[in-house]
Amino acid sequence: MKIILNGKSQECAESTPLKSIIEQFCKDTRHVIAEVNGAIVKNTAWSEKILTDGDSVELVNFVGGG
Amino acid sequence: MLQDSPFTIAGREFKNRFLLGTGKFKNKTDLSDSIAASGTELVTVALRRIDLERHQENILEYIPKHVTLLTNTSGARNAQEAVRIAHLAREAGCGNWIKIEVINDSKYLLPDNNETIKATEILAKENFVVLPYMYPDLYAARELVKAGAATVMPLGSLIGSNQGLKTKEFIKILIDEIDLPIVVDAGIGSPSQAAEAMEMGAAALLANTAVATAGNPAGLAKAFSLAVAAGRLAYLSKLPQQKVSAEASSALTGFLFEHDHSQ
Repeated sequence: MKIILNGKSQECAESTPLKSIIEQFCKDTRHVIAEVNGAIVKNTAWSEKILTDGDSVELVNFVGGG
Repeated sequence: MLQDSPFTIAGREFKNRFLLGTGKFKNKTDLSDSIAASGTELVTVALRRIDLERHQENILEYIPKHVTLLTNTSGARNAQEAVRIAHLAREAGCGNWIKIEVINDSKYLLPDNNETIKATEILAKENFVVLPYMYPDLYAARELVKAGAATVMPLGSLIGSNQGLKTKEFIKILIDEIDLPIVVDAGIGSPSQAAEAMEMGAAALLANTAVATAGNPAGLAKAFSLAVAAGRLAYLSKLPQQKVSAEASSALTGFLFEHDHSQ
């Protein structure tokens, strides 16, 4: 199936939990914030959140800013 | 020595009135050295999409735990987007301090005061500590107070321009009329400009670009911190007024070359 990950199309297996995607793409998962289809998913719920075809996932973290 | 009251936002006391932005540093060592050299207790950070193609260092590793994090909403073009960013920041577990920054102009990067007021009202009701960045307009500042802002952060000049206090007279009005700490933000390019803002009664000052792009960021960070403290002390000491004509420092009598021609 395909998901949209940070604006780009990404292939992933059926029933992939959000946590697997985060661990695959983020070396340091502390302070990562995840949204699925515009709704925040708390980090305690990353394992339970099963992605479905067409889901839009946003992963954000802190960067320098003024 | 004059006693100063601590700079307080939402019940948190800060000894240092210099706030540092963390953007544009060439490397994270320069950032951590600048935080240490300046003694700042409050820094701003931003939120962005993670770059999935290359590993990014976690900036929070370079910010000591005792330093308060203030997440800005940069990238927000309206109140709704600012609120969304604030929610994301809170979710990261780094506190509920938010600097509202709503910009819908890519040339001058000027803040949209109307949208900033709307976002402030929503987030203050949700118990965020809201520090709105704004164009120094008295009516807008009054609305921000009503909306529940913790401070007001007027711009000195265009973001990243190093032009200094172009809006000086309007910031003065806010200092006189607004019963919240006024934190001068944006465009402050040198310690002398920072001191000038503090001398006129700003409660604190935030700089980023000037420090981050200096030849020696930690050196300039320290210079800024000293200038902010000097400016504050000058303000507390009640600066004398400027005068149009000269006034000699010594009495204009008893000069050595004076002769009494009456004899």
